[in-house]
Amino acid sequence: MSTATAPRPTAAAPVKPPKPPRRPKKRRPVESGEGVYAPTVLTRLGLLAVAALSIFPLYWMIVIASTSTANAAGFPPALLPGPNLLEHLNQALTDPEANLLLGLRNSMIITGIVTFSVVLISTLGGFAFAKLKFRGSKVLMGTVLFSMMVPLQQLGIVPLYIVMVELQWLDTLQAVILPFLINGFGIFMMRQYVEQAVPDEIIEAARIDGASTIGIWWRIVLPALRPAMVVLALLTFMLNWNEFLWPFMVLSGENPTIQLAIRQLSTATWSADLSMIFTGTLISIIPIAILFVVFGRQIVSGIMEGSSK
Amino acid sequence: MTTETAARAPKWRLWASKADIKATPYALVSPYFILFAVFGVFPMGYTLYASLHAWKLGGADPEYIGLDNYKFLLFEYDRFNWSVFNTLGMFIMATVPQLVVALMVANALNKRLRRPMLWRMLILAPIVTSVVAVGVIFARIWGQEYGMVNGFLELIGIDRIDWQAERWSSWIAISSMVDWRWMGYNALIFLAAMQTIPRNLYEAATVDGASPRQQFWQITVPQLKPVLIFTVFVSSVGGMTMFVEPMMFDSGRLLGGTDGQYQTTAMVLVDILRTHGNYGVSAAAGWLLFLVIGVVAAVNFLIVNRIQGNK
Repeated sequence: MSTATAPRPTAAAPVKPPKPPRRPKKRRPVESGEGVYAPTVLTRLGLLAVAALSIFPLYWMIVIASTSTANAAGFPPALLPGPNLLEHLNQALTDPEANLLLGLRNSMIITGIVTFSVVLISTLGGFAFAKLKFRGSKVLMGTVLFSMMVPLQQLGIVPLYIVMVELQWLDTLQAVILPFLINGFGIFMMRQYVEQAVPDEIIEAARIDGASTIGIWWRIVLPALRPAMVVLALLTFMLNWNEFLWPFMVLSGENPTIQLAIRQLSTATWSADLSMIFTGTLISIIPIAILFVVFGRQIVSGIMEGSSK
Repeated sequence: MTTETAARAPKWRLWASKADIKATPYALVSPYFILFAVFGVFPMGYTLYASLHAWKLGGADPEYIGLDNYKFLLFEYDRFNWSVFNTLGMFIMATVPQLVVALMVANALNKRLRRPMLWRMLILAPIVTSVVAVGVIFARIWGQEYGMVNGFLELIGIDRIDWQAERWSSWIAISSMVDWRWMGYNALIFLAAMQTIPRNLYEAATVDGASPRQQFWQITVPQLKPVLIFTVFVSSVGGMTMFVEPMMFDSGRLLGGTDGQYQTTAMVLVDILRTHGNYGVSAAAGWLLFLVIGVVAAVNFLIVNRIQGNK
């Protein structure tokens, strides 16, 4: 597929293939080092191998989930999907002990609320830090940056657990949700985007017209931030859908998130069935996989742009 | 024009707009800082308090015992020191190859490829899997009886290995999970940084007769130093708090194998807290882990900071 690249003139770097992979407001459009050299055959083969290794475990999971249990174990391993996927999906979802449906529901609720909160709080804070002058803003922003660096989760897990025990909140969803409602990275990211996307003149003009600060946020900043909000929402959703440690601390097997349900499924003595375990694992991945297929472009550019700032 | 409008506006409106400009910024950032105080700052202090007390779930009121919890972990509870050793070992085995491969992959992605976005998405695909799912899949790939790795080893005439049994072998298996999940993510971060390197550096080097390989080591890597520092820092924090991969490798248990050969410090902490309900000792483990992370991050910074280009 990619072996027949006609070497394009070096100077034509900004000319991108049909769909531009990045948003138009590129930061450094001219000096981009992208595509200086054509790849050698060895480079192509290496990339192909890495891509295959990236995909293979995911593919193999589908293979095992769709093949009969007898074929799932043994060597050489099954390498082609079998006919049993729908049957296994049905079986896994309706198994009363596996709790997969409840896990999916809980994860949806938790991740949905957390994502909404992180995006909302980050746009508010990002706007304030980017465009408003107030005493102490530098110190406060420094605190945000510091909080991004420090692994508070590991340190905070003991006291937060104690608090949840005292409040008798163990096994409740609010115990899982509350500690994750904010994210320092979100504030940081939104601050960067507001600085780029909202010119000072527009804000000043709105003030002269008598707009309040909140009104400016609602009518000017939020619309301009929409693409960035999508990216932040995607990253937050993925991160929290896959979160394990804290839910594991406070939730029991009766009221699990999907990740806890998968752990139970793969460790419980009643489910030694490999294809059933892999079916459950597949189910846990499907929501994120759909997001990745639909919004992969935004996720990739979100990761790339978030990092180089 | 501003003053004109202001002069004509009624007094209360002037006052309200002043208050708006002064106070609203704090209102906008307050949700973050209130939650941060409750769930970020308070726990740090409370952990320190708990670590200095004998305090158990459902036990008597906390009793001040100084540094005894720390002494217990460092000098009596062998699993703790071993867990620091295990965590460090797995962190190095998981991070060094991962970052080297990620650099090479980023360099390849930085070439003139067709469909660059498709390649990037393929490389990033593992990130969609949760760590639990990675653990489930890889535990089977490395399984003793039916595992794929052992199957291939047998094909080429090597005896099956019980990957869980030994320290080195379990570390390899667990590192592979970390590598697989995070390599693509780091490659994209490196790629983003590579794209900001000014092209004329390469053009000048080409004129001087430097080969692409020389250019990679003499230009690309030194230019990537800030992002390397960032990545190594993030990987240090992530690696030193490793928890789910080794837990899933031991079928979801917290003890890290028969002999604790792959029990990480985070697993020890959670085991003390959840299995034994000992607030004091687990809080001390939290602070010790925090200090270890600080030391590791500092050492890594010093190492990466030595990268220099001779352009």
